[in-house]
Amino acid sequence: MSCFDTLTSYGLRSIGIGERLLPKSDFTLCDQVVLIGSGMIWNVYFAVLALSLGFFFAVSLALGRNSDNALFRIPAHAFIFVIRGSPLFIQFFLIYEAFVLIPKMGWDINLGFIEITVETKWLTKAWLGALITLFLNTAGYTANIFYGALQSIPKGDIEAALAIGMSKRQIFWRISFPTMLRLAWPSYTNEAIFLFHATALVFFSSFPAWRQKGDSLYYASYFADKTFNPFVPYPIIAVYFISFTLLIILLFGYVNRRLNRHVASNT
Amino acid sequence: MTFTKLMASIALVALTTTSVAAADTVRMGTEGAYAPYNFINDKGEVDGYEIELGNELCKRAELECKWVTNDWDSIIPNLVSGNYDTIMAGMSITAERDEVIDFTSEYFPADPSSYVALAGADASATKGTVAAQTATIQAAFIAASDATVVEFATMEDTIAAVRNGEADSVLADHAALKDIVDASGGALAFVGDGVSIGGGVGMGVRESDGELKAKFEAAIAAMKADGSLNAMIAKWFDGRKAGY
Amino acid sequence: MFEYCTDPKLIEGFQWWSCYLSNGKHLNFYFSFLVVLSLLALTVPFILLFGFTGALARRASFTPLRWFGTIYTSMVRGVPDIIFFLFVPIAMDQGIEVIRHKIKCSDWSESIRQGNDFVVCTAAKMPLSSSPQWVHETYGFMLATIAFAIVFGAFAANTIHGALGAVPKGQLETGAAFGMSPRQIFHRIHLPQMWVYALPGLSNLWMILIKASPLLFLLGVEDIVYWARELGGSKTARFAYPHGDWRLGYFLFLLVFYLFLTWASEKFFDRLMHRLSRGQNTAASMA
Repeated sequence: MSCFDTLTSYGLRSIGIGERLLPKSDFTLCDQVVLIGSGMIWNVYFAVLALSLGFFFAVSLALGRNSDNALFRIPAHAFIFVIRGSPLFIQFFLIYEAFVLIPKMGWDINLGFIEITVETKWLTKAWLGALITLFLNTAGYTANIFYGALQSIPKGDIEAALAIGMSKRQIFWRISFPTMLRLAWPSYTNEAIFLFHATALVFFSSFPAWRQKGDSLYYASYFADKTFNPFVPYPIIAVYFISFTLLIILLFGYVNRRLNRHVASNT
Repeated sequence: MTFTKLMASIALVALTTTSVAAADTVRMGTEGAYAPYNFINDKGEVDGYEIELGNELCKRAELECKWVTNDWDSIIPNLVSGNYDTIMAGMSITAERDEVIDFTSEYFPADPSSYVALAGADASATKGTVAAQTATIQAAFIAASDATVVEFATMEDTIAAVRNGEADSVLADHAALKDIVDASGGALAFVGDGVSIGGGVGMGVRESDGELKAKFEAAIAAMKADGSLNAMIAKWFDGRKAGY
Repeated sequence: MFEYCTDPKLIEGFQWWSCYLSNGKHLNFYFSFLVVLSLLALTVPFILLFGFTGALARRASFTPLRWFGTIYTSMVRGVPDIIFFLFVPIAMDQGIEVIRHKIKCSDWSESIRQGNDFVVCTAAKMPLSSSPQWVHETYGFMLATIAFAIVFGAFAANTIHGALGAVPKGQLETGAAFGMSPRQIFHRIHLPQMWVYALPGLSNLWMILIKASPLLFLLGVEDIVYWARELGGSKTARFAYPHGDWRLGYFLFLLVFYLFLTWASEKFFDRLMHRLSRGQNTAASMA
C-alpha cells in the first residue's frame, strides 16, 4: 500500500470514515503518521470547542466573581476554586462517574426546519462528555485570569468614563471588557496551550473509545503496543503537538497585536 | 551554583558505582492487576497463581528472584530494555509478541475468552456493544467482528460499563471473569459461547536471554512431569483440571 | 494491625473498618502521599536549576547557547507533559546505561542493540539487578524527578526570562553609576529584584506541578492515584476485605486532598508575595 493509499484509507479513520480495520502488521512510518494525524482531529475538535465555548462562560464567571452580589460571587468563587484546585485527571473520572448515573433518555427537539433527538446517553461518550469536562476546566482557569485582569483595570479609566457620562453598560463594553482582554491575553495564550495539551489526557480518562475511533494518543499507543517500540509513535505525536502549539502562538499573537495596536508604549 | 555540583556528583556516583554483581538475581515483571493470575493482596504484596508458580520455578532453577510490577501497556518495552528479565503477567503467547520477545512453553492452557452480561440477557448481547480493555487481544477480536467495540482503560471500567448499561457485554479471559461473576451475587452472568483467541500463557523473556529461558523451560517441564503444576492450577482456579 | 484483625470475615462495623483501613495495602496508600509530597518538594530545586539555566542560556551572548535555550524552552513547552513522560524517561534510562556500559565494559564485543533487545553488560545495569528493591524504587523516583524537572524547568525558564527582563532598567543603571561591575550588578540587584516579578509565574507553575502529580503513575511510580485505583477497584472473595467498586469514594478523597494542598499553597504564596513586595514600587506592596 502506497502512502497515498494509506492517507485515503486512514486519513479520516478517527471519525469513522475509511477502512474499518486498523492495520495489523507491517506498520510503516506512513501508517503511523497518518493514523496519529487522523486522531489529531479529535484533539483539535476538543481544543477549539472547549476554548471558544469556555471563553463565554469564563467571562460570566469572572463578572460573577467580581460582583458585589454574594449570590453570584460565592458560587463563581467556589467553582473556580474547585476547578483550579484539582487535577484534570480526577475531574475526568468524577464527571464520567456522574454522567453514567444519569438515566438514559431522549427528547425530540423541533427546530422548525429539522427535528433532532437529544439523548442523555451522549454524555458518556467522549465527544460530548470529555468536551464538557474540558469546557468546565478551561472556563475555571480562564475566569481566574479574567478576574485578575478586571481587578487590574486602572481606576482612572473608569472614573474618566463616568465623568463623560457613560452608562454602566457602555463602560463595560467600551472600557472594562477590552482592557480586561488586553491585560489577560498573554496569560490566556498560555491557558489555550495548556488546554490543547490537556486534550491528550482524554485517552487516559474513563471515557471509552468506540469502534477504534480515538484521539491521537489512542493511535500512538496502539502502535506502541503493536510494535513494542515507544520511540516512533510518541515522537510523532510530539511533533504534531509542537506544530499545533506554534499555530496557537501565531494566532494568539496576531490577536494580541490587534488588542494592543492603540497602546503607544508597546515596544 | 551548588545545585550544579550536586547534580554532577549524583551523576558521577550513578556512572561509577561498582558493587558485587550477584549474577543470579532475576527480576520478574508482572502487572499486579489481574486476579487470580497476579494481583496485589491486602498486605500490599504481589500474590496469585503466577507469583506462587514463579517462586517455585526460581527455587527449582536455583535462582534468586524478585518481583517487580509494571503497567500493562509498557510491560514488553520495559522487558526488552532490560528493566526486568521475565514477564509473568497472564500473557498469552501470540505470533506478534513472539516476534519481539521469546516465550517459554505454556504454564497455563489456552483459556477461551467469555462474554459476561447482566443476568437475564440472551446471546444477542454478544453481538451488540461489547466492552473490552484497550490493547488486549479481545479488543482486537471484537473490532474484527460485527459487534461494536468499546474500549476502556481498565478491566474495572469494562465491568462497570456492563452494569450501568453502557455496553451489552464484556469479553475477557474466562478465569478473570469467573471471579467477578461469582462475586456479583447473581447480577452478572456468562452469556453466549466462549471464543478461543489467544494461545496458552507463557513466561516472556528477552530473545537474547537463551540461557535464562532454558533454565525456566527445564523447571516448567519438571513441574508438568511431577504433577505439581496441575495441583497449583487446581488450587488457584477452582479445581480446574489442566491435564499437563 | 490490631489483634482482632486476624479473621476479617468475622468482624463488622467499626472493627471491620479499622482493620480495612489499616491493612498493608492502605499503609502503602498512606505512604504514597509522602512519596508524592517529597517528589513535589524535591523537584523544585531542579526546576529552578533548569529554569535558570534555560533563562540564562536565552540571554547569553554566545549564539549557539542562545539557540539551545530557545529550543529547549519552546520544544518542551510545545509537547504535552503526558506524551513527554511516555518516552523520555525510558530513553534517559537507556542513555545512562549506554554510558555506564562504555565505561565499565569496554571489552564487550557484542552490540548493545540485538534485534529488539537493548542489552548492556550486567555491571552497567542501572541500578544493578542485584540491588535491593528500594534502590530500584529510588532510582525510578529520581528519573521521575528529573523528567518533571525538565518539563517544568522549561516553563520556569520562560518565567525567569520574563522576570529578568522586567526589572526596571533604571535600577541596573544606578548600579552601574555606583561603579559596580556587571557581575555585581547581576548578583546584588538584578537577581534579587527579579524574584518579585517571577513569583506570580512561579507560584502558578507550582500549582500546575501539584496538579500534574497524578501523571506519576505513567512514570512507574506507585503514587496516590495508583493506590486509589487499586484499592477502590472491586474486590472478590479472594481478598480478605471484599467490596464493590469503591473508586468514587477514593477519588473524592483525593479531590479533597488536592483542594487542600492548592489552598494551603495559595495562602503561602500570598504571604511570601507580601514579604517580597516590601519596599517595592508595585501595586502589590500598596495593598
